[in-house]
Amino acid sequence: MTWLWSNLDYVGELMLVHLGLSLPAIVLSFVISIPLGWIAHRYAWSRGVLLSLAALLYAIPSLALFVALPALTGFGVRSPVNLVIALTLYGVAVMVRTAADAFDSVSRDVRQSATAVGYAAAGRFWGVELPLAGPVLLSGLRVVIVSTVSLATVGAVIGVQSLGSLFTDGFQRGIQAEIITGIVATIVLALLLDLAAVLLGRLLLPWARAPKVRRGRMSRAAGSGGPGGSAQHPGVSAETEAVIESAGRAGGA
Amino acid sequence: MNYFIDGFAWILDPANWTGPGNIAQRLGEHLAVAASVLVIAAVIALPVGALIGHTGKGREIAVMVSGGLRALPTLGVLTLFGLWLGIGLAAPVLALVILAIPPLLAGAYAGFESVDRRTVDAARAMGMREIQIVGGVELPLGMPILVGGIRSASVQIIATATLAAYLADEGLGRYIFEGLKTRDYAEMLGGSILVIALALAVDGCFAILQRVVVPAGVRATRSRELRSRSSRPRTATG
Repeated sequence: MTWLWSNLDYVGELMLVHLGLSLPAIVLSFVISIPLGWIAHRYAWSRGVLLSLAALLYAIPSLALFVALPALTGFGVRSPVNLVIALTLYGVAVMVRTAADAFDSVSRDVRQSATAVGYAAAGRFWGVELPLAGPVLLSGLRVVIVSTVSLATVGAVIGVQSLGSLFTDGFQRGIQAEIITGIVATIVLALLLDLAAVLLGRLLLPWARAPKVRRGRMSRAAGSGGPGGSAQHPGVSAETEAVIESAGRAGGA
Repeated sequence: MNYFIDGFAWILDPANWTGPGNIAQRLGEHLAVAASVLVIAAVIALPVGALIGHTGKGREIAVMVSGGLRALPTLGVLTLFGLWLGIGLAAPVLALVILAIPPLLAGAYAGFESVDRRTVDAARAMGMREIQIVGGVELPLGMPILVGGIRSASVQIIATATLAAYLADEGLGRYIFEGLKTRDYAEMLGGSILVIALALAVDGCFAILQRVVVPAGVRATRSRELRSRSSRPRTATG
């Protein structure tokens, strides 16, 4: 605790730097995933391609991507831009699947009704499909937030400053309190951003709460098909699948 | 593209395939660490996950553990264990086991839980004992999802084992840190390419396994369902 009090400024500063790395990546991956997810939802042929690419990207170890990416983009390994690009790619890899599921979750009847009352394609997308896909999109965004914030710390080992610097610095100087502070600060930052996303969701999607995972054993028996059952794991709701997938990515690496 | 040529040239350089810390040795270390971590974590997590999925009890805890650990930064856990246990393999292995448990647990309980309760009831009505239901009904039916959990765990272990080279003289990650220290980008990139190739190869193997373990009966039903599926999604009724 003494370590934290005497280094409060330093930790605060790193937290801002960390926010500066993860927030652009989170926003960018959300914005990029929506059209990609919509394409995967709309055109059956593209779904397999896009989701396979996303899964492939997701399987690439982060440290290796951080190192290999500069060879493509020309930014330096130690450049924060390089890290933001890599984090965005991971975010997109997670989010595209959820975005496709989100647009799938809009009922066909609603889309047909919207067309019937005179919505053109673009208006229908902005006025009907996107808002109704909102709750599922939000659940995906929350997964992206948590994984991006924790993944950003990995950049510290290649020299990109973030809360992860507390890990490398604490390890090299043998200060346990510094590492623990770093872990707590990372989790706190993730939770704060998560909370912000939830509040934003309440504000923008007042009519809906994020769909709950089907819990009861009875209902589980009933609905394995439907929009919840994903292509990869039939019978598993999109959210359970997100848990399996992203528990995998866990703290990152 | 020049960089990649350098990276591949580094991989193909015969000098990097001989002597201490050569590519074959590092690859072997990487795989050995990953495999032992996977086995240890699976022995802990799979039975617990199976129990949770079968009984439906403790599900909330499992969701919390697998969701909560997601926020835990890998590097923080690694360095903390490194500080406690000193330089060497013990720290990364222990840290890797802890980080591999959530996906395995999630895969196991989701797999067992995904089995239609009516199927389980039918098995029970035919006189199967609980242990037979777990082993003979739920395990084969839940296998694809279970393997999915093992798949994400293995990919994650391979990724984290790269990072673990920060603490221990182990695995392909060494090349990244060595290259960083000597400002040898070709070595860093070569190491990264090897790690990526390894991760994708392992992921691919498990993807195939995931298809192979689908029970024949399920495969048959699924294709029939696909053919006869009505255009409207069926409503879920109790």
